[in-house]
Amino acid sequence: MSRSSRTKQARTAEATAKVVTGAIALSVVAVAVFVFVYIVYNGIGALDWTFFSEVPRDRGREGGILPIIVGTLYLIGATAGLTLPIGVLAGVYLAEYAPRNFTTRAIRLAITNMAGVPSIVYGLFGLAAFVLLAGFGRSIIAAALTLTCMTLPVVITATEEALRQIPQDLRQASLALGATRLRTIYKVVLPAAAPGIITGAILGLARAAGETAPILFTGAVFQMRRLPDGPSSQFMALPYHIYAQVTSVPDWNRELVWGTALVLVAGVSIVSVMAAWWRSVQRRKVKW
Amino acid sequence: MTTPPTHSGRRLGRTTTRRAAEAVVRAIIYLCGWMAIIILAAIAVFLMWNSFRAVNEAGLFTMLSGTAWYPTSSPGKFGMLPLIVGSLFVTGVALAVCVPVGVAAAVFISEFSGRLVKEVMKSIIEFMAAVPSVVYGLIGVAVLIPFVKDAFSLTSGMTAVTGGIVLGIMSIPTVISISEDALHAVPEELRQGSAALGNTRWQTTFKVTLPAASSGIFAAVMLGLGRAIGETMAVLMLTGNAAVMPASVFESVRTMTGTIAAEMGEVVQGGLHYSVLFAVGLVLFTITFGINLVADLVLERQRKRWRR
Repeated sequence: MSRSSRTKQARTAEATAKVVTGAIALSVVAVAVFVFVYIVYNGIGALDWTFFSEVPRDRGREGGILPIIVGTLYLIGATAGLTLPIGVLAGVYLAEYAPRNFTTRAIRLAITNMAGVPSIVYGLFGLAAFVLLAGFGRSIIAAALTLTCMTLPVVITATEEALRQIPQDLRQASLALGATRLRTIYKVVLPAAAPGIITGAILGLARAAGETAPILFTGAVFQMRRLPDGPSSQFMALPYHIYAQVTSVPDWNRELVWGTALVLVAGVSIVSVMAAWWRSVQRRKVKW
Repeated sequence: MTTPPTHSGRRLGRTTTRRAAEAVVRAIIYLCGWMAIIILAAIAVFLMWNSFRAVNEAGLFTMLSGTAWYPTSSPGKFGMLPLIVGSLFVTGVALAVCVPVGVAAAVFISEFSGRLVKEVMKSIIEFMAAVPSVVYGLIGVAVLIPFVKDAFSLTSGMTAVTGGIVLGIMSIPTVISISEDALHAVPEELRQGSAALGNTRWQTTFKVTLPAASSGIFAAVMLGLGRAIGETMAVLMLTGNAAVMPASVFESVRTMTGTIAAEMGEVVQGGLHYSVLFAVGLVLFTITFGINLVADLVLERQRKRWRR
């Protein structure tokens, strides 16, 4: 009697647990879908030719967002140019050169900790180090350097992981042919690991494109009459534009701001999805 | 090293140049390898160096224990306690949202669902993590501020709760993915052993898998906490930014991150207020650094535990 009731209890608990955790997981999905649909629904109306080809007028209440898109592209281009070489070489160091000792552990600890430093602290660091001390002023280069510090952990980790996937046989074969270690890395290991590295870098850069706090005091401006004309120019950026409109423009144009948000989210997610897809295609092509 | 000795001088010369080039490149690789430590140390040094004046003139203890934040009065009052409490309130609400939801969803994904559901959930979580915080802030402004205002019949919807809920939603991907990893790392034998003793799936999960994964889940909570404390844009747009001691989570608060973001644009560079904002940054950096360090060590220990 008591035994069968205990079984019954266990069965009820099993069913309840399944339903409750399932419902919670479903609610997470619902939130994600809501976020997606809400952005598209509110922003889609703004997307027309003028939106992409004109400069903002009346403090952003009218016109388009051309200089804002261009500013973000310049910023991310500069960040990519700085992050890729440093991050890939750091990943090479960790995967190919680093000895198993205390310092290497400290480096790994530093990398995971860098990923946890608040973005606004990077903003402070960028202001003190790049804008003021290095004398770059508020500029694309100062903001790109700040974003580089933020993105580096992602690129380093992706590179190291991709390099570790390459079998030792390849390296040994190259060394047996008389190539030096460096030549082996440059000619054999890096090309084989390229899809993983590039995907990781793109994912990191897409995140960087959405960051506001690090560029607040390092170069983003509310309004510019012309397009940025070099690395020392100030710039407008998509995330900063959204923030500035909402917080400092009375009667901000809902449609244009949501359109900007749609462009930002769509850009970030399309690029990320394509990068992930490309990596899986490349992985299927090559079997070690 | 790899080229056999030859009598051709030209060959030897080329080997020497190549060796020199290799040495240079190797040095660059080593330098880049150390970059993470260099940058992290530089951040700490720059924060300390710039907050030196604040510590000297306003006093570290006075700042940390002061309850009045009037940076523009003369003389300015730089009590950080309202900001710290504001951050804690917002973070507390965020944790109340993201921990139960995140862990339950991770349990469902890892223990109760098939491969297809797993894949779909993973891409959805990736999407949530990829949405920029300023966009979450915008959605909060449009949806949650009016909702909180009506639901709790307040005069303003810009409260700690509003920011906390949005922050909690933003931290859910972190909590889910790390908890899921922790559950996934528990060896299958443990589950099978429990099932062989006649336990149901849920009994196994609750009494065996979850306790075995507890350290990883703890790390997930810590990383979610770190993310919530350090978040800037969404809280800046949603909490109303009143720098006074809040009595409840239904009042407007100003967080440490929000203070830096809102005030740094208007200060005199090198002035006392500027330096105090760096001190706030230093407090923030210390807190998140500690949290991440603990999470790291816990994760490391867990990895060692299941490695065979």
